[in-house]
Amino acid sequence: MAEFSLPANSRIVGGNSYKAPAGAKNVKTFKIYRFDPDSGRTPRIDNFEIDLDDCGPMVLDALIKIKNEVDATLTFRRSCREGVCGSCAFNIDGTNTLACTKYIAEVKGDVKIYPLPHMPVVKDLVPDLTHAYAQHASIEPWLKSATPAPGRERLQTPEDRAKLDGLWECILCFCCATSCPSYWWNGERYLGPAILLQAYRWIADTRDEATGERLDNLEDPFRLYRCHTIMNCTKTCPKHLNPAKAIAEIKKLMVARR
Amino acid sequence: MTDQTDSPVRPLSPHIQIYRWQWTMALSIFHRVTGLALVAGTLLLVWWLVAAAAGPEAFAAAQGFIGSFIGSLLLFGWSVAFFYHLCNGIRHLIWDSGKMLELVPAYRSAIAVLLGTGILTLLAWIVGLAAA
Repeated sequence: MAEFSLPANSRIVGGNSYKAPAGAKNVKTFKIYRFDPDSGRTPRIDNFEIDLDDCGPMVLDALIKIKNEVDATLTFRRSCREGVCGSCAFNIDGTNTLACTKYIAEVKGDVKIYPLPHMPVVKDLVPDLTHAYAQHASIEPWLKSATPAPGRERLQTPEDRAKLDGLWECILCFCCATSCPSYWWNGERYLGPAILLQAYRWIADTRDEATGERLDNLEDPFRLYRCHTIMNCTKTCPKHLNPAKAIAEIKKLMVARR
Repeated sequence: MTDQTDSPVRPLSPHIQIYRWQWTMALSIFHRVTGLALVAGTLLLVWWLVAAAAGPEAFAAAQGFIGSFIGSLLLFGWSVAFFYHLCNGIRHLIWDSGKMLELVPAYRSAIAVLLGTGILTLLAWIVGLAAA
């Protein structure tokens, strides 16, 4: 059964406020979720006033500025700062996206930043992705083939290769999975859009010979069929991919092989 | 798995409390709500039918309630739920065939479902009241 409210240890209380430097003209407030596992306290929201005239254009620029200049304990993941690594995925202004490709100017009013929704929080904006990674491993995301490997690479026609477009680009940031109400309520057993898109990436690969086995693994009321085509995944994907469609293709294959 | 035995249980990050409402999720939850409303409303209609079979007094009581303002309101809600669930059910059937799953068609079909619900509901009531 879905648990709509937060457990007692997760309720958010007020936090600290940091003023912008005197003379700042272009001030924007960043309201950021904070959780310190060593403090013994519940999470809080800190308010950081930032002078945008002295800050890069992206939300990630502001986070790095805060960490460098205001509060060095602010903890978040980031790496490539150009939308290819998937590290800096947060809930920004109510929807999940990458801080590095989200313009501050796109946000009206205060910029609210939370960790990816409905995940165990390690610290501040860092969710524990252990379970999500285990789910990824469960679909065996590698090429499986009984055919002996040829001397060179396994060739594909351009048409067959094109079937992977819109799938291989996924960076596993988990914006989609953590935007999905069904994953919120059943994430223990439902694989969620990110992993199912990955599953379809291997099902759709003409070089892979384990399609039947892969479908067997997904034929389950929870692993696949908790998808109710809510479409929050496709709406929020920062790479503009379509997990909902990938899942629909898996469901179609399930019916076709009956 | 990460060992959590000697550390406090990790808090759960906020979800429905902070996620900005999307048309995608709103229509989805409304589909489920209307499904439940249909079940409840159908019980009301069954009571009406059973009352009709039970005799004039029972029927008058049922008819009196359904004909009252509250009863009519419930019936109106039931008809909205019926037509929404029907239209959105067709949308789901199209989706299950793998079509219209891109964002733009999904939003267009959402508008079509809402318009269809409104038009069919009004039409049903106009026809129903004209016949009565």
